[in-house]
Amino acid sequence: MKVLITGVSGRIGRIVARRLLFEGHAILGIDRRPWPDAPKGVQMFSADIRKRPAENVFRTERPDAVIHMATVSHFTSRRAERNRINLGGTRRIFEFSAKYGVEQVVFVGRHTFYGAAADSPLFHTEQEPPMAVSTFPELADLVAADLFAGSALWRYPDMKTCVLRSVYTLGPSRHGTLASFLRGPVVPAVPGFDPLFHFIHEEDAAKGICTALAKRVNGVFNMCGPQPVPLSTLIRVTGRRRLPVPEPFLPRVLGSFGLPRLPKGATSHMKYPVVIDDRAFRAATGFEHDYDEVQTMEAFRWA
Amino acid sequence: MHLIDPEVAEKIERLELPFNQYGLDPYGIDKGYLKRFFSFLGFVYNRWLTVDAYGIENVPDRGRAMVVGNHSGGVALDGGMIIASLMLDKAQPRLAQGMAEIFLNSTPFVSTILSRVGQFTGLPEHAVRLLEDDRLLMVFPEGARGTAKLYPARNSLVRFGTGFIRLALQTGTPIVPTAFIGGGEAIPTIANLYRLGKLVGAPYVPVTPWVLPLPRPTTCQIYYGEPMTFEGDGSEEDSVIDSYVEEVKARIGQLIEFGVESRRRDDFSRPIPDGSDAVASIPRADEVVA
Repeated sequence: MKVLITGVSGRIGRIVARRLLFEGHAILGIDRRPWPDAPKGVQMFSADIRKRPAENVFRTERPDAVIHMATVSHFTSRRAERNRINLGGTRRIFEFSAKYGVEQVVFVGRHTFYGAAADSPLFHTEQEPPMAVSTFPELADLVAADLFAGSALWRYPDMKTCVLRSVYTLGPSRHGTLASFLRGPVVPAVPGFDPLFHFIHEEDAAKGICTALAKRVNGVFNMCGPQPVPLSTLIRVTGRRRLPVPEPFLPRVLGSFGLPRLPKGATSHMKYPVVIDDRAFRAATGFEHDYDEVQTMEAFRWA
Repeated sequence: MHLIDPEVAEKIERLELPFNQYGLDPYGIDKGYLKRFFSFLGFVYNRWLTVDAYGIENVPDRGRAMVVGNHSGGVALDGGMIIASLMLDKAQPRLAQGMAEIFLNSTPFVSTILSRVGQFTGLPEHAVRLLEDDRLLMVFPEGARGTAKLYPARNSLVRFGTGFIRLALQTGTPIVPTAFIGGGEAIPTIANLYRLGKLVGAPYVPVTPWVLPLPRPTTCQIYYGEPMTFEGDGSEEDSVIDSYVEEVKARIGQLIEFGVESRRRDDFSRPIPDGSDAVASIPRADEVVA
């Protein structure tokens, strides 16, 4: 099978590409970022997913399946840019896919879709609405991209569409949203709150994406690995120090003193958990994770 | 300082919950927190108050169950003591998981402690999930209406919510009717300050003769009745659900009446009534106050 991966130069993209290559698929990669040591068998296209060169890849190469993971978060891009990539890009990928006969699209989304609040349930299921739009307005573009991707289920009924809402990935690459938060030796925390954090080893995340592709699932699924752990445990096991900062002072210290720069809404994630239930995904695909929560944190720490 | 009672720690170790190597279960319930929390509750349960539990064998050792009880005013002392009794007095200790008010989850430190000891926000999603996981749920169908009872109404029952019956039917859960006696004597509430409550983010702030809603040393009793099961799937008409609710309420009322009478006679050796002739004889709060 010919599989096109957008955002292939990202850490998870590379692992997915290698895995699929090993399984015997032909890989096409689109990314604006280079992947200098891409393995043979990965055909790289340096293109912006919203532009004509990207469409040309669809037209000339005719991929059978697309894994769309070219979305960006507040850690890497400014707002206007995020909107263009996450919304404009996602729209184009689905349009090109439908136009050029792609049979199957896997959209890799995020579990932060569900939002964090005092009255939100532990273990979100796929049926729940995206409360993130009120608790974390800066995530609106990612929420919208997720919902737009889901609309392909009725928009393009002949195409298989899988929206995978993945928890944070963590692992030796030290890349990703959670890794950026845990980047420094000191990690900020809101005193009196210790929310659960849900994450998956990056190898397991790639495995899950490949499983969704192999099983040709159609629908919206949560994907997670081992059980969540409290932020304090995460900080301790990854060898960081917890710095309690009273909530009113957070905006002033974030971004300085080696602390991560976070948008305002991120405070809700430092007070309340976003934890998901992935029973539907496991039942539909037989997916099982290989790394437990301890191995995942250790892999990140000692990389 | 001895914050952890070794006897309590031994009970926690015998809990049948799936703890990982850090002593955390999938919900984030933490063995270390449980040990400290129940050491404190154990002090209140055995030393500060003297609480005795009767019929505790009616609470199943494993599998899903719902302990449904009465509130007796002030703060949810009854909830804390029922949780303590199921952990400390039961041969096979169990963690009863209550349904907390949302404002507690947004209160610093309280939020963390409650999350780590399995007392989650009272959401139907939590109740269903915990029951499907074969946990022990503790429910007070009177809700905040129940904790707002003043001293004269301490042994009455106010209107019951009906959600718990639908949950029980939906998940096939047996209900253990439960009565807590003595809460009103421990925390005699003379007034509830609603406006102050609004300021601090709570439904109200209860006031006792010694101002703070802290319990004075007294004896309390907990009665666990035989489990009740109802047939259905939770989609029944309101009239059917209401009749089930009344049945449970009557049974709890009977246990309260029995408990109050035993307390009056100072005789706790009589067998707990089996519920065959439960009638709603317990006075309603408005009648008592009037």
